[in-house]
Amino acid sequence: MFDINVRADAIESSGPSKNVASRDPWKQFDKFSASCLIELEAAKEAATIIAGIYCIFAPTELIRAAGAIPVGLCGKQEAPIAAAEQILPSALCPLIKSSYGYAVTNTCPFFDASDVVIGETTCDGKKKMFELMADIKPLHLMHLPYATTSRAALEFWYAEILRLKRFLEKLTHQTIQVDELARQINLQNRIRLSFQRLLQVNRPARNPINGMRMLSVLESKGFVVDPEKYLKDLDALINALDRSPHPDASNGSAKPRILLTGTPLGRGSEKVLQLIEDADGVVVCMENCTGIKSIFNLVDETEPDPIRALAKRYLKTPCACMTPNTERLEMLSRLVREYQIDGIVDLTWQCCHAYHIESTSVEKLAEQQFGIPFLHIATDYSPSDTGQLGVRIEAFLELLKN
Amino acid sequence: MGGRFAGIDIGSRTIELVVVDEAGEIVESVQADTGFDPMTEAKQLIDGRDFDHIMATGYGRNLFEISFDASTVTEIKAHARGAREMFPDIQTVIDIGGQDSKAIALFDNGRVKKFEMNDRCAAGTGKFLEIMAKTLGFTIDDFGHEALSADSELNISSMCTVFAESEVTSLIAKGENRQQIARGLHASVIRRIAGMVNRVSSDGDIAFTGGVAKNPCMHKLLEEKLGRTIRLPDDPQRMGAIGAALLAAESGSA
Repeated sequence: MFDINVRADAIESSGPSKNVASRDPWKQFDKFSASCLIELEAAKEAATIIAGIYCIFAPTELIRAAGAIPVGLCGKQEAPIAAAEQILPSALCPLIKSSYGYAVTNTCPFFDASDVVIGETTCDGKKKMFELMADIKPLHLMHLPYATTSRAALEFWYAEILRLKRFLEKLTHQTIQVDELARQINLQNRIRLSFQRLLQVNRPARNPINGMRMLSVLESKGFVVDPEKYLKDLDALINALDRSPHPDASNGSAKPRILLTGTPLGRGSEKVLQLIEDADGVVVCMENCTGIKSIFNLVDETEPDPIRALAKRYLKTPCACMTPNTERLEMLSRLVREYQIDGIVDLTWQCCHAYHIESTSVEKLAEQQFGIPFLHIATDYSPSDTGQLGVRIEAFLELLKN
Repeated sequence: MGGRFAGIDIGSRTIELVVVDEAGEIVESVQADTGFDPMTEAKQLIDGRDFDHIMATGYGRNLFEISFDASTVTEIKAHARGAREMFPDIQTVIDIGGQDSKAIALFDNGRVKKFEMNDRCAAGTGKFLEIMAKTLGFTIDDFGHEALSADSELNISSMCTVFAESEVTSLIAKGENRQQIARGLHASVIRRIAGMVNRVSSDGDIAFTGGVAKNPCMHKLLEEKLGRTIRLPDDPQRMGAIGAALLAAESGSA
């Protein structure tokens, strides 16, 4: 929850976190929202530019190389949606409505802290919503081509990243240095590698960390002010997990192992994740922007032109707004095997045509390639259908149990 | 003395209780209206009855589990088990209840393979038929017979229950034949169901369960529209309770 009062509490209890980290390595991440706000306030006092971003297509290394701080603004709560629906159609993805609603009501402290926002033309809804958001805050829109494999698309995206570079340089009144960009790329790659190590804890058959426990760590990556410190905290968590059995690990090895895929979620919109785990399933892996999608691919540090390296890596993000999106299906196949998945749940936010249509391909993969049960859920952020979804999820888990 | 196992299906309109013996034979079977206080009704049904274990299904199952000492199973699994008991080779089940409808596909061994549910829209459920029967001035028990007596049907195009009701009202005002309207309304429900069934199973006989299975027009039109044989149990409304009772017996818990 985004609550101004959180700041006051956090100030009192924050301080050198070394001892806290060694006692409970998860705690850093559970508090990510409050910690980030404090750090952002300090950064703003030092005249650092804050750039709000909405999507994992945004090349955060470039933003940091410009001396600015990227912060995730993707809406995960239902509360701002009512305000958004006064302007946007109600038959629209709840994530888009929530994001816009925060902007229009200015009830998100991260949106408030942002000097500019950066958007991408991922789907129709986002494209047009950003037109309206530009009236609220200075907005730089990156034009994302939808072709993953075309040479022309890569050149176009390369030019768009250059255009972002010029925007950032004008904003921060400094030129982005190649070696600083290379340094930021290296840092982000190390964070990605650490995340991969963290998520791979769930690959062996026994004792997976459940999805609800992992969620705060996964979400925290959009709220990093100091990446060096973040990497240390992440590595401390991984080392703690290596050393001893994780306290929140589900001890029932008989629990069905679920791969949750589709549209992103977070605290506020974690309804389906919660229902699966309440019904005794374990989400051992998430193939979505919240989970593996943003960290599985590294930026090529051997590429002499770091802008080109960024363009190549970010264009390969397997979002359903891209076509063909075969990379997502290949990733899902790998994950089913590596994480020993018993069943796939595919979440689509209501009115997301891209992920909904792609769901038929995911179903085919589950049923024909692996012979495992598949459940598609289309829903929004409202808790009103929790009962009905609960029945479907329970019935789905019953398929996996005997 | 053998064990006795009970299944209770707490639905939106009715509660069914079935008790089976160790051999899976039904020894008791009762029904009550759900009313406003399902737990009180459920308690009255089970009071004084003898069983070693009870399994609850239907939307009231979790409340029942907390109030009494029971285990639960979803209505998907329960209806599949019940239908399979009646028809040992069946691989597709359609259940149309008061507030939802479902299509279930089974593996050769009877386990659930796949399912689809319509639980967010009144169209395609018993609720739709109830509202339309009332609009046309028929009782719900007669509605199916009245619809069957028509030799042709008037197409109702509205997807939504509320708009369909308006459509029906204007047809009545125009003096259109009520039986033909009734048949058109039944066809409208069938269209919804057909889409759902085809997504889970493309051929083979279909077991038809749930309260709406008692409607003879639904039975006939389902067969016509899908081109598949519909198998109707004697008492389609208690399939969930039968399935739950059998699952209670098979779970081996006392």
